[in-house]
Amino acid sequence: MIGLSLAYLRDRGLNTALNILLLALSVASLVILLLFSSQLENRFDRDAQGVDMVVGAKGSPLQLILSSVYHVDIPTGNVPLETVDLLRRQLGVAEAIPLALGDSFRSFRIVGTEPAYPALLGASLADGRMFAAKMEAVIGADVAARTGANLGQRFVGGHGMSSGEDGPRHEETPFIVVGRLQPTGTVIDRLILTRVDSVWEVHGIERPDAHHDDESEAEHEAHAGAAEVTAVLVRFGSPIAAVRLPGFINRQTNLQAAVPAVEVSRLLALVGVGLDAVRAFAVLLMLTAGLSIFVALLTALKEREGDMAMLRVIGASRAAIIGQVASEGLILASAGAALGLLLGHGVIGMAAASIEQLRALGLNALAFHPGEALIVAAALGIGLIAALIPALRVLKTDIAETLANAR
Amino acid sequence: MSNPDTLTNSKTAQGPLVEARGLSHERDGRTVMAIGDWQLQPGAHALLLGPSGSGKTTFINIVTGLLTPSHGAISVAGEVMSALPPVARDGLRRRTIGLVFQTLRLIPALSVTDNLALAQQLALGHVDRAAIAGMIDRVGLSHRAAARPRQLSQGEGQRAAIARALITRPRLVVADEPTSALDDANAARMIDLMFDVADATGATLLVATHDGRIAPRFANRLNLMAPVAA
Repeated sequence: MIGLSLAYLRDRGLNTALNILLLALSVASLVILLLFSSQLENRFDRDAQGVDMVVGAKGSPLQLILSSVYHVDIPTGNVPLETVDLLRRQLGVAEAIPLALGDSFRSFRIVGTEPAYPALLGASLADGRMFAAKMEAVIGADVAARTGANLGQRFVGGHGMSSGEDGPRHEETPFIVVGRLQPTGTVIDRLILTRVDSVWEVHGIERPDAHHDDESEAEHEAHAGAAEVTAVLVRFGSPIAAVRLPGFINRQTNLQAAVPAVEVSRLLALVGVGLDAVRAFAVLLMLTAGLSIFVALLTALKEREGDMAMLRVIGASRAAIIGQVASEGLILASAGAALGLLLGHGVIGMAAASIEQLRALGLNALAFHPGEALIVAAALGIGLIAALIPALRVLKTDIAETLANAR
Repeated sequence: MSNPDTLTNSKTAQGPLVEARGLSHERDGRTVMAIGDWQLQPGAHALLLGPSGSGKTTFINIVTGLLTPSHGAISVAGEVMSALPPVARDGLRRRTIGLVFQTLRLIPALSVTDNLALAQQLALGHVDRAAIAGMIDRVGLSHRAAARPRQLSQGEGQRAAIARALITRPRLVVADEPTSALDDANAARMIDLMFDVADATGATLLVATHDGRIAPRFANRLNLMAPVAA
């Protein structure tokens, strides 16, 4: 009977193809939404792992999180270097890691920090060693892959965070690659890490503890006073600090404290409204596809009433007839679901390959989400219901009358 | 009223293939078919002759178990078809009867070969490709085996329908107006073919028609008068 279902579907090929396409589009829309939102959320979670709070200059807390945790926005400003020590002295702070941003190389951000930063994100060295001296750099896996930089390679950073090619270049202060990181699937894959004072060096700022003999006290103050960091990533050692510190910093200091979990959930809630609207549209599309299959089968079965009666006469049971019609709906739905999955993953893959920002977010076409099984089940269910309603009409048909009318 | 002729045959020892006892049928309080007692013995190909409205189709529907008679009973191959529950009727029909209709012949989405294969699969639970090829050859359609029903001529379609009815080797082949749409030459060829193939497979024919051209070919006839009086 499956062979008969396939023969009927082939017999009205255009109708079959259009119904499969309609269902595939709705499945693909839902799959794209699911993969996009889940991978985005997952990426947000992984990039923010271990970071309980970010301290930076006053401004938008979301901007602070985006710039210093996800490295996708410009920073809110700088904060004095003393902030790092101040935070480290606070009760309940387990770790405070400074970040100094401002330059990039071929659109990869150069981040002045400490070896504790890659450790926080679980990054380990693929080869070479961790940066130790000034102007030494360790590059993330994507940076290594895209630039082809080897150990010992020298490169010059450009001012600015996006292009790295358009801004003024710091020719006189080249970096040297001393280590390359293993891929982590986090933002660190796309970063160039160096010491904080390397970033200062590039911008002509000295360490506050450096003092030249030929320099007057006023000149030293001018240099040392400019020693700032962009943000400080904080990991708490006790839950009390999580409750007390952010509020304290925001109220009592000129600094701003932002909690990644809070800002990300706020961002996802904003994005979520848009995603919900698109999701509702995709569900509507799926119901439309179901209705289209229903109409197609209903029309086909009306034309085939004589065939159905004939099948009954030559030995097909009622169950076999219903099974045959149901299998037509299921074959349509299965083909639509399979094509939809392929299309959904294909679009994610193409988007990741052609849109830089999406690739930066780590969209992966080969990753499957358990929710996709639900989407497929829904498509099959719709196909089955769309087929069963006309199939049940066959049950009520009077074969003798149908035969009398048909012959 | 009908005028049943009781048929006899040398194979009575096996018992009648079809047996009607006090058979009649009413619709909306009107008698549309009345046969009474009648028997069809194995091998005694019979013609059910009568004008439109005489109850031929009603009788065929009762014989094939598609309709339950208002009065009397019908037995097929020793089983009382009219007393069986629907599923058992389907089974008896599947095992015993092959059907040939005038217009409703084959599944249009399937080739001639696949139509025969489907009939075999449904009736016997398996497909015998060699037997199908042999049957198609016997009805002279080897060159059209892969054709869809809509690609066949009237005569070819009817031959394919006969092949489909006989491929399951049924004991009884019921044909409803198998020649009405054919010209004289084709009608004669069709009846020859039905006799040949039925004899080759051991089937007994029960042909319902108002086509007087084929009447002389049958020794056994059941004449229905029409219209049946209310």
